[in-house]
Amino acid sequence: MYDGGKIIFGLIIFIALVTLPFTLGIGKEYIKANPKIDTPEIMKLPEAERKCVESKDFMRKEHMKMLIEWRDAVVRDGKTLYVNSQGKTFNMSLQNTCMQCHSNKSKFCDECHNYVKVKPYCWDCHLEPKENIKKEAGL
Amino acid sequence: MSNINRREFLKILGIGTFMGIGGWSMFEVVGKGEIEAFAEKYKKVPGALQAKRWAMVIDLKKLDQQIINDCTEVCHRIHNVPKILNPKEEIKWIWDEKFKNAFPELKDDYMSSEIKNMHVLVLCNHCENPPCVRVCPTKATFKRKDGIVMMDMHRCIGCRFCMAGCPYGARSFNWRDPKDYIKNENPEFPLRMRGVVEKCTFCYERLDRGLPPACVEASKGAIMYGDITDPNSEIRKILSSNFAIRRKAKLGTKPSVYYLL
Repeated sequence: MYDGGKIIFGLIIFIALVTLPFTLGIGKEYIKANPKIDTPEIMKLPEAERKCVESKDFMRKEHMKMLIEWRDAVVRDGKTLYVNSQGKTFNMSLQNTCMQCHSNKSKFCDECHNYVKVKPYCWDCHLEPKENIKKEAGL
Repeated sequence: MSNINRREFLKILGIGTFMGIGGWSMFEVVGKGEIEAFAEKYKKVPGALQAKRWAMVIDLKKLDQQIINDCTEVCHRIHNVPKILNPKEEIKWIWDEKFKNAFPELKDDYMSSEIKNMHVLVLCNHCENPPCVRVCPTKATFKRKDGIVMMDMHRCIGCRFCMAGCPYGARSFNWRDPKDYIKNENPEFPLRMRGVVEKCTFCYERLDRGLPPACVEASKGAIMYGDITDPNSEIRKILSSNFAIRRKAKLGTKPSVYYLL
């Protein structure tokens, strides 16, 4: 093999660089996103009524699409009520419906969004729940 | 199949084409079903106020400074409109204008200064033929089915074509983050972000809940509203028995806000 030493040296550097994301993580604690849904508003409800507009599974996967559909229905068509799969009706509003129960934006929204490093621009305009702002200011 | 002749071949081809068309119509039926399912999922509030085309009549005789201030204050408060004093950056949805500026085409050398300087409450005219909608490149501003010229802030890219298109100056651009200029936020209504254009929305959020526009409520009868396509509506009765003017009507934008002198 011509220049074998150089090639092997190069390969070692290459492998070290490629595996860097893994080797750097060795020994570090793995912090899993842990969103909380135990706000006072939710805990106040009787156990049987502690349900979101759709199932937990659906919300986890589809909430972003759902919010976009809600936005189009409200802003474009003037339709403000959502009838869920159980036939229950909800007012479609991020500020006035979602965040009324999920009043813990930092522990509910941000927990996962930070984990997967997405920055939705909801809060550029929509108002965060008040108690949350107080907490952040107190920190 | 080796003894197939030209005639039989054409027959098979014809039947095949026919079946194909049938199959296509099947797709259409399924598609429609899906659209209906969408319509059922989203509903209007049962008491929502509806019209073919909303319009407003403002009686200038009944307006005084107090009413003008009240209307402006309530509108800007409930819609979280920032209070920026610099006139180059200010945001306004409804505001006080002198008659000579609101109706420049009616200005006359011999007009009394009383009329020239009369206070007029001006806002977005929710034109039937809105130039702002025509020029918007992202369809962020659009006309709803009930005639309201609306803004979808999510889509606005801040190009300000609509501001150039609007002959009434009814649109304002957010040069700064409005958060810093609002004292008491209305928690039920969103804010805007830096770099979008905003304007009066005919209180669509109130109409959709069955409430009249906020300025109508605060005007003590000086502002009336209703469906202009309905001959029995309050505003149609007023318009049929009074002389009313519209701002810059000759431009052909067909404004929906009428003024009684």
